[in-house]
Amino acid sequence: MQIGEMLGIVLSVVGALLALFIAFNAYTAPYAFHMIVFALAGLGSAFFIYKRFTLRPAVTPQEIDGKPNYNYGPIKFSSVAAVIWGIAGFLVGLIIALELAFPDLSMGLPWINFGRLRPLHTSAVIFAFGGNVLLSTSLYVVQRTCRARLAGALSPWFVVLGFNLFIVIAGTGYLLGITQSKEYAEPEWYADLWLTLVWVTYLLVFLATLWKRKEPHIYVANWFTLAFIVTIAMLHLGNNAAIPVSLFSPKSYIVWSGVQDAMFQWWYGHNAVGFFLTAGFLAIMYYFVPKRAERPVYSYRLSIIHFWALVFMYIWAGPHHLHYTALPDWAQTLGMTFSIMLWMPSWGGMINGLLTLAGAWDKLRTDPVLRMLVVSIAFYGMSTFEGPLMSIKVVNSLSHYTDWTIGHVHSGALGWVGFVSFGALYCLIPWVFNRRLYSLKLVNWHFWIATIGIVLYITAMWVSGILQGLMWRAYTSNGFLEYSFIETVEAMFPFYVIRAAGGGLFLIGALIMAFNFYKTIASPEEAGAPEVTPALAPAE
Amino acid sequence: MSLWNKHAIFEKNSIVLLVGILLVVAIGGLVEIAPLFYLKSTIETVDGVRPYTPLELAGRNIYVREGCYLCHSQMIRSLRDEVERYGHYSLAAESKYDHPFQWGSKRTGPDLARVGGKYSDDWQRGHLNNPRSVVPGSVMPRYGFLADAKLDFKHIQEDMSVLAIEGVPYTPEMVAKADADVKAQLSPDDAPSVIDLVKRYPKAVAHLSLAGADGPTEQDALVAYLQMLGTTVDFKLFDDKANWR
Repeated sequence: MQIGEMLGIVLSVVGALLALFIAFNAYTAPYAFHMIVFALAGLGSAFFIYKRFTLRPAVTPQEIDGKPNYNYGPIKFSSVAAVIWGIAGFLVGLIIALELAFPDLSMGLPWINFGRLRPLHTSAVIFAFGGNVLLSTSLYVVQRTCRARLAGALSPWFVVLGFNLFIVIAGTGYLLGITQSKEYAEPEWYADLWLTLVWVTYLLVFLATLWKRKEPHIYVANWFTLAFIVTIAMLHLGNNAAIPVSLFSPKSYIVWSGVQDAMFQWWYGHNAVGFFLTAGFLAIMYYFVPKRAERPVYSYRLSIIHFWALVFMYIWAGPHHLHYTALPDWAQTLGMTFSIMLWMPSWGGMINGLLTLAGAWDKLRTDPVLRMLVVSIAFYGMSTFEGPLMSIKVVNSLSHYTDWTIGHVHSGALGWVGFVSFGALYCLIPWVFNRRLYSLKLVNWHFWIATIGIVLYITAMWVSGILQGLMWRAYTSNGFLEYSFIETVEAMFPFYVIRAAGGGLFLIGALIMAFNFYKTIASPEEAGAPEVTPALAPAE
Repeated sequence: MSLWNKHAIFEKNSIVLLVGILLVVAIGGLVEIAPLFYLKSTIETVDGVRPYTPLELAGRNIYVREGCYLCHSQMIRSLRDEVERYGHYSLAAESKYDHPFQWGSKRTGPDLARVGGKYSDDWQRGHLNNPRSVVPGSVMPRYGFLADAKLDFKHIQEDMSVLAIEGVPYTPEMVAKADADVKAQLSPDDAPSVIDLVKRYPKAVAHLSLAGADGPTEQDALVAYLQMLGTTVDFKLFDDKANWR
């Protein structure tokens, strides 16, 4: 038995015992439940490490017949997990969209009311769906572009399984009322600590694989992945700084308060968008688009400018979530300025992605997967234009607190993150499972149904957001506010129904995708995976 | 071109790339966040802002737990229509003891920064039980289950101690008397206890619990919290020009 395996078993068992000890002393039942989940996970992991030890060959070869022996196990797991979590997240989104139109849908039950399901929706789509897409694609891309097997034996599995355990803890926690109320960072202190462990391991696995590379240069997609991993770690630690009430309590208090906490929150919140939902998925763009189009990345120099400008400027944009609030004006103006400037690197990336198609545009007619990837870049361009626009203070005075923000987020989330993820999964799952994709026709159906869904969604939110913003500030000729608040709520009803219909279409598209993957994986294995690596003209 | 070749240093050494990224992403946060901790103009000098009473704190934790902040902001922006609709624009000082802040980002429902005292306790309870009983067009979920849930404040002293470590001015006396203060704030007829409570927490208002002998409910705590929002600063006395720098 290797030292890592022994350490893994010992740590799993010790962790399980600690979790059981906490469970028996827990202040609340939901916390005890979470600790029992941790304990079961620890015992399960000890068992599986031992079982793996009895089954595995004495030495795992790094290369077979001169080709790297790529490690696809954790990638298979997280790509399938992404599909399942995605459907769960879209479904919860549809439910809460309907709850806003028909509020008694929650039947007065605490577990399924809007306040608890909304974080479940956002975490499920961002972290569970998006996170698993990022794990599977980044661990695939780093191996292929380094021509090296993933570093570590147990650690990649720890990253993938540990991350999904975090998702389970976070998601069940929201339903049971465990949250620290920081948007997109709702999980409590113990889940945050667990995620920190997983994340540091992720960074180490990624770096150690880079160190094993056979290529002299680190490919551009890996720059973006590295920036994503490192920056998310920094944001996570800064925003979640908290003191737990007790080891036996799920409750903690964030150390920051008031205006500083607001700034920390949106420094985190906007860069969860910038680095989780943008940098991580740009890494996907920089690998899967050239690969699928069989063309090199349009411009190497543009990718350098794109990369450094994006990672430098994004961090400043947070204060545009706090215009006209009690945050000092200088910070608001600074945030607005950088948000507008951010338009340029964003569109630089969009241009680099789109022009990679140069000479291969005809493929859009025949390949719906490539079409999905390209349309995702177009949505990226659209929402990164809308974002700077909304960060302008006068525009923001109208758009803030309204559905316009929700619409903007979803043009990015459904159009960009969703489509680039679907496109990547349509490539990745056949590659790692060594199967032929079951049906391109179904991809086409998925593409069009989801596109119509997105259009319904974002147009409904544009109209409802701008309408409500205008109603709030409307004055009568006598100088009184024209509408009571509830009148502006009642005006939202038709748009909430249209939005739910759009979300429903998006969900149907994802179900078609899941069926397609089920048939793909259930089909017999094919020999000979594609062996082309995208080219980027090196620096010398 | 030679300058582009220099970029190879990042592409060939993962640690150099890592350090480069860290330096570049640290700058924005440092410039925007660090000054908020030392620039005196960040938080106004105002009389009246006080820590939450133990009951209000317990109510606030329920507000957080149920995700109320997802539909209700607590931040009145300095815009004409907002000030006329909700009251004086929010001051940074008013949330200086809020760990974490509850400014919110969406108004599916109205702003709550100054909702305290705007409606009666009865209205608040009826509204929580079934929002559409008092506001027919409301899309808020029913929170009737809060009226049946017994308030768990066994560990409220530990909560206050943690907040004290984080800078909220809870004195040892306040922590020691937490349990008594919870009960006092729900016994409006017990004048001496309420007077004692108000000494520690100026302007605290006692509310009649409907729970009887079963002890306070989660609804009691939430109502106490809602009814104090925005009530601590007296804006007749507040001089915004005194805070100009």
